[in-house]
Amino acid sequence: MNWRSIWAIAQKDLKEVRQNKIAWGPAVVVPLIFAIVMPILITVLPQVIPVEDVERELGDMDMLLRNLPPSLAAIFDGKSLEQMFVIYMTGFMLAPMFLIMPLMFSTVVGSDSFVGERERKTMEALLYAPTSDMELFLGKTLAAVIPAILLSWLSYLVYIIVVNIASYPLFGNIWFPLATWWPLMFWLTPALAVLGISATVLISSRVKTFMEAYQLSASLVVLVLGLVVGQATGVLFLGVGTVMVIGVLVWILDVALIYLSVNRFNRSALIAKL
Amino acid sequence: MTAIVEVNELERVFGANRAVDGMTFHVEPGEVFGLLGPNGAGKTTTVRLLNGILPPSSGSVRVFGLDPASEGQRVRQQTGVLTETPALYERLSAYENLAFFATLAGIPESALKSRALEMLAFFGLQDRAQDKVETYSKGMKQRLALARALIHKPPLLFLDEPTSGLDPEAAQHVNGLIADLGRQNGQTILLATHNLLEAQRLCDRVAVMNKGRILAMGSLKELARKLWPVTWVDITFWQAPAENVTGSLKTHRGVKAVTGQGEAWQVQVEGEDVIPQVVQHLAAQGASILKVNPRDYTLEDIYFALQAGEK
Repeated sequence: MNWRSIWAIAQKDLKEVRQNKIAWGPAVVVPLIFAIVMPILITVLPQVIPVEDVERELGDMDMLLRNLPPSLAAIFDGKSLEQMFVIYMTGFMLAPMFLIMPLMFSTVVGSDSFVGERERKTMEALLYAPTSDMELFLGKTLAAVIPAILLSWLSYLVYIIVVNIASYPLFGNIWFPLATWWPLMFWLTPALAVLGISATVLISSRVKTFMEAYQLSASLVVLVLGLVVGQATGVLFLGVGTVMVIGVLVWILDVALIYLSVNRFNRSALIAKL
Repeated sequence: MTAIVEVNELERVFGANRAVDGMTFHVEPGEVFGLLGPNGAGKTTTVRLLNGILPPSSGSVRVFGLDPASEGQRVRQQTGVLTETPALYERLSAYENLAFFATLAGIPESALKSRALEMLAFFGLQDRAQDKVETYSKGMKQRLALARALIHKPPLLFLDEPTSGLDPEAAQHVNGLIADLGRQNGQTILLATHNLLEAQRLCDRVAVMNKGRILAMGSLKELARKLWPVTWVDITFWQAPAENVTGSLKTHRGVKAVTGQGEAWQVQVEGEDVIPQVVQHLAAQGASILKVNPRDYTLEDIYFALQAGEK
């Protein structure tokens, strides 16, 4: 395995995707909304509107907390209504939104790399290069996965800083991240980045344009929305155990999809699509 | 001399379509070999088969003694391919394009920059090295694509329709570069084209193809001789020869027919070796010869005769 070639392919793909504004535009806007705008709104609003209004708005808070598993409910013990609201919203309700990022980053780069290269008619020259099929596959996959994980982590870091600064007047200390966020960042986020790219590789053999690939692979976001709805309806809460179990399931799915992708990624299949 | 490319009974089938149908040929070191045929003749598929991009359905291929289907990566280390479209990364600069492919070809980091700049200079693109390729003209893109194919100094170069879509001036420039590579550098080249003039100018031997099959193969002279075993010679005299000269020439060994009158005759002979004897015979008869012009067949004559025979 020639790692110099693999990194060259990954770097080249990233250079190319940087020039594709349609690809990276949403990838910049979405983290800005979730990591900066939303936490500021959620933490600042309870601090500026009258307490009575907060109580009216959060009338169901008690009932919601009663449905929480005991381990999570303990987080809210001894907290004021405003603090409970901020913890609930920033610590739990926004958490699944951050899972959109690894999926989105990896599907954007993956679509540009696997389908965009074919669409721009540059694939044939690459296939004539003295690399193996596996080196090509790894180069293109790493171009999608590594930035997806790193950019997601950067978004988490910004979010942690913004939440703590914005809620400092309310809490008087640094309280975030909650325990749930560690497996979310280091277990589930890489799994979703890999899921995004492996699904994109499989989809890439069936579509002709970057936009088709991006739209189809981005539909994986439905999985994440399932978690949002689960939490909002009280069916599922993202505790440490739950995140670990979801992570295991996604990694199993990853292994299966990567196996299929590698088997289908070969020069003769790629050239047939040109 | 061991052939660089050896192909035997090669077949590649896509569903019901036989893209390559029993091709057999070889390419010698230093030779410029042409695959000549209309669109869909199987030229590009052949290039792909020889580089291990596609596996054959049957038959055998050896390039540098290696089987491209199982040792494609090793074959591609020794080949460079100019694809029909330049297939360049338009959002990257010319230098970045070359540096990328040089890395994939295994050129060490220390030599990479100088090699890329050397190729850009050779193809007259050094002043635009840092410009994005999307700002290049078609001819410049084709030269850059040729530089990319040669970046790792491959002993075997494949050129697939190298002047396709270029204006005559750009096409002449690219053809000049290819001729330099072939004649001056001794580069072995396999040229796939439907451009007959280009093939005639550049190739030592050609294989004329249609529907995946080779209709005929050889040098221009060999092909002409196969198609037209007799040769026509146009002879112009200073003054019309005497009547009896025609009769004596018709009986000369190797002469098949004599037509024409006055100062302009057309003589059909069995082969070019007969022509000096005809000239000697006429001179001995007192004829004052001004010009002797054996008719040359162009590749175009040969190509269309073969394609017509196929129909």
